[in-house]
Amino acid sequence: MENAGAQAAKVLDARQSRRDRVWRFFRTWPVLPLAILTVLISCALFAPLIAPHDPLVGDLRAPTMQPAWYPEGSSKYLIGTDTLGRDILSRVIFGARISLIVAAVVLGLGAVGGSLFGLVAGYYGGQVDEVLMRFVDFTLAVPFILIALVVVIVLGQSLTVIIVLLAVFGWGGFARQVRAETLSLRTRDYVALAKVAGAGTAQILYRHILPGVVNTLIVVATLRVGTLILTESILSFLGVGVPPPTPSWGSMVSDGRDYLDTAWWISFAPGLAIFLTVLGFNFLGDWMRDRFDPRLRQLV
Amino acid sequence: MATTAFVFALSRATGDPRLLFLDQYSTQEQWDAWGKQMGLDRPLLAQYATWVMDAVRGDFGQSLSQRTNSLSVIAARVPATLQLALGAFTFAMLVGLPLGVLSAVKRGSMVDYLGRAVALFGQALPPFWLGIMLILIFAVKLGWLPTSRHGGVEHFILPSITLGWLAASGILRLVRSSMLEVLDSEYVKLARAKGVGRLSIVWKHAFRNAILAPLTYASLLLASLITGAVVTETVFAWPGLGRLAVQSVYANDFPVITGVVLLFTVVYVGMNFLVDVAYAYFDPRIRY
Repeated sequence: MENAGAQAAKVLDARQSRRDRVWRFFRTWPVLPLAILTVLISCALFAPLIAPHDPLVGDLRAPTMQPAWYPEGSSKYLIGTDTLGRDILSRVIFGARISLIVAAVVLGLGAVGGSLFGLVAGYYGGQVDEVLMRFVDFTLAVPFILIALVVVIVLGQSLTVIIVLLAVFGWGGFARQVRAETLSLRTRDYVALAKVAGAGTAQILYRHILPGVVNTLIVVATLRVGTLILTESILSFLGVGVPPPTPSWGSMVSDGRDYLDTAWWISFAPGLAIFLTVLGFNFLGDWMRDRFDPRLRQLV
Repeated sequence: MATTAFVFALSRATGDPRLLFLDQYSTQEQWDAWGKQMGLDRPLLAQYATWVMDAVRGDFGQSLSQRTNSLSVIAARVPATLQLALGAFTFAMLVGLPLGVLSAVKRGSMVDYLGRAVALFGQALPPFWLGIMLILIFAVKLGWLPTSRHGGVEHFILPSITLGWLAASGILRLVRSSMLEVLDSEYVKLARAKGVGRLSIVWKHAFRNAILAPLTYASLLLASLITGAVVTETVFAWPGLGRLAVQSVYANDFPVITGVVLLFTVVYVGMNFLVDVAYAYFDPRIRY
């Protein structure tokens, strides 16, 4: 009896510890976000290979097809078609491209521009700092969506306009963080030594201060991806994003708005895609912040 | 100031506003007469000066699509937006404050997980999709609430949730982290040691101090309400400023759109100022 009991306890223990290990693995590594992002990035890269249909050309004989699990659905169109008979799954897969391109380019521009501004403002301080940061305040203090509406009507709808707009109003966060970081780094001894050794300002900024702010930069960038993708989708939803027929998640949700009572699936899938993508990036950003730059917790 | 110049530049960059009214059959005289009437024959800088002076007096010119004073067009939409903002704010407070406090007090409990879920969803849900899905579930499928438009109390529920969720998640996160910090402080420990009741510690000692940090968030909250108003009003066909802005952009109605953008900007800057003042009032350590 005793023996059996001890054995049972051992088995339970083993199970317990295996569960603990699995749990700990999930807690230490951002498994879920990485999984989401892997799917997303492969969709964007290999869209033509993965997508079962052409995202732009619809089958007009099959408009608003129900998803495959409905009685009238067809396994040809897994999650149904839109009003023009275009396969929604293919459009969602291709839509990943727009979101990622916009996010990547805007972040690139924002990180470069923002760190340049932040480095200069933080390093020189005084009036330079004052003027530059006022400018940053301005870009952060305007009602962005409204300005974007106006600008797009003036300049016309295009991918470039969206990217430039998001970049122009999106680098302020980088500038602020980099400036704060630079303010503390510039008083370090090694910076003073570099100056004594005859290093020029550009060299000090690039060689000695920039490496110190890179961590912050990466964390801020990851935390911003979600917001960027959301903002792009809002613009697309309002009809001022990437022009049709290019599949963009925001405009796809808008396409299905008028058919909610008859064809809910048109709006559902692209919205879910936005949600999961943003969730994934936010999780990853939180994880990177806690891991690489815990001080940011208070700031961002 | 910079904003006004920016908005004015944009408003002139769209092309000659006369193009909207006159077609190819109108004569050169008509063209010039309209130009004179609208002050388009004068130098740009003078036009800008007049425009700013008029804007200060609340005169943004005739609405191009409705042929009435833009200010009255805008003013007619203000109440609906304010009501919606109030609804969203109420929702955000009702959800964000208690959940934030409770999830800090009962860390690791079900309430805490619920709070985290609300916060995560709030930051990742696209507001327009949230609105559409709420309509789908509660209006189309269940038929409990109206799908859109302005009306009685039942018309407020879905738009308020849509607009208020992001704000709720922000409040929740801030209240939670600042409550955690305060609950860990010396004076709360002292109060515990003195034998002060649990409720009194949480609400009197901790909450009052913890509410300071989220106060600075109020300006960000307003920003999210403004951006959200444009989207939410579009989704729910709400007769407010956000929808007016979208409509007048499509109609190329510049006097109205400039008015709305300026109004939002002024409110925004004003709120920022008020937040600073309120902060100094609540926290006597800050003196300007």
